Amino acid sequence: MIVDAVYAAPALLILSLGIYSTIVRDTFSATVGFIAYGLLLTVAWVQLHGVDVALTEAAIGGGLTGLLLVRASARLRPTEALARAEAPGGAMRLLAGLMAGGVFVVLAIAVLSLPDPAPTLAPQAAEHMASLGVGNPITAVLLAYRAMDTMLEAIVLLLALIGVWSLAPDRVWGGRPGPRYNADPEGILAFIARVLPPVGIIVGIYIFWIGADHPGGKFQGATIVAAMWLLTMMAGLADAPPINRRWVRILLVAGPAVFVAVGVAGALTAGAFLGYPEGWAKPLILVIEFALMPSLALTLGLIMAGTPERPAAP
Amino acid sequence: MNGAMLFGLVAAALVGVGLYGLIVNPQPLRKILAFNVIGSGVFLLFGVIARRGAAAGLGGDPVPQALLITGIVVAFSATAIAVTVLLRLFEETGTTTLASAVPPPAAGPGPGQDQAGE
Repeated sequence: MIVDAVYAAPALLILSLGIYSTIVRDTFSATVGFIAYGLLLTVAWVQLHGVDVALTEAAIGGGLTGLLLVRASARLRPTEALARAEAPGGAMRLLAGLMAGGVFVVLAIAVLSLPDPAPTLAPQAAEHMASLGVGNPITAVLLAYRAMDTMLEAIVLLLALIGVWSLAPDRVWGGRPGPRYNADPEGILAFIARVLPPVGIIVGIYIFWIGADHPGGKFQGATIVAAMWLLTMMAGLADAPPINRRWVRILLVAGPAVFVAVGVAGALTAGAFLGYPEGWAKPLILVIEFALMPSLALTLGLIMAGTPERPAAP
Repeated sequence: MNGAMLFGLVAAALVGVGLYGLIVNPQPLRKILAFNVIGSGVFLLFGVIARRGAAAGLGGDPVPQALLITGIVVAFSATAIAVTVLLRLFEETGTTTLASAVPPPAAGPGPGQDQAGE
């Protein structure tokens, strides 16, 4: 049976780019392919009616992860030649191929034998949306039924930042992350870094604000704001703050701390950790979102800026 | 076969492709990339399951979709740590090989920086 081209075309492109970034010889090409792959995946997410997931995939899955990989591949270029000499032989490749093929077949059989009708929690999620005062069912799930996941997710990001920082050599502990970028002040990068951020920051805040009722939310919005910050840093117009500054530390923990505080307050007033008292759901969700957004933007920006590499000295 | 099922098969293939890359690519950075391909295959498969659960006027089951957003963010966190560890390894040793027979460094371990990450 023929599948609609709007499904078949992205499916084929995603698969080809996934294969390309896995087998191409040059690592830099692989990472660039991975960014295109991430962007194409967002098309698949839109086809699957997951617009919120599409925004997250574009911003974090393709965008930030892709940028991390591209930058690392540029730094690790000197290791390319040695790594090629270590490439496994034909027998190993054949075995790996057989194993990967086996995993594919098993998963494909599982996909084709999924139960019909599919189990779903959508009616239960939709049922209580009115009482929460939130129009976007995914925001309702993230901040009401599965608020614990969202809280731990924000904390995981913070832990990742601590992990990245803890890799700093002793002599630059507390210093500024990453190299100081020196772009041509008259160049195109500096130009874009002046023109794009005002627009990008508004788009980021809009996606954050609209998240209560439409696709969007704090993670997607915070990523766009963080990306604008990274752009100005890479154009040499701004510098990352030294990580031992008190305002940095306070802003980083403020969002998760407010989330935990609301959770504890819920335990006292509504009888459950992260429970909302009757009629208070919408205001409390807004408080959490507003507190998390700046913390998330700063956390994501600093994770991308990387390990401290320069002393804090003036 | 409908469109969602087609994406389901692509997701299964991506897990296979990523697994192959994880095994045969000797470079750690390529392994991290391949791991992300496996991850995106798993996410896509979960997205197909969410789409099949469309009901109550929603285009997909919002519960798996919300979990996916969490999953993508957590996968990014893990990738960030892995890439940073790799860059630090390169900075310390000048190589990123995972081969068991590593040529010994010229003057023993680095000057007291082994505990820096603890």
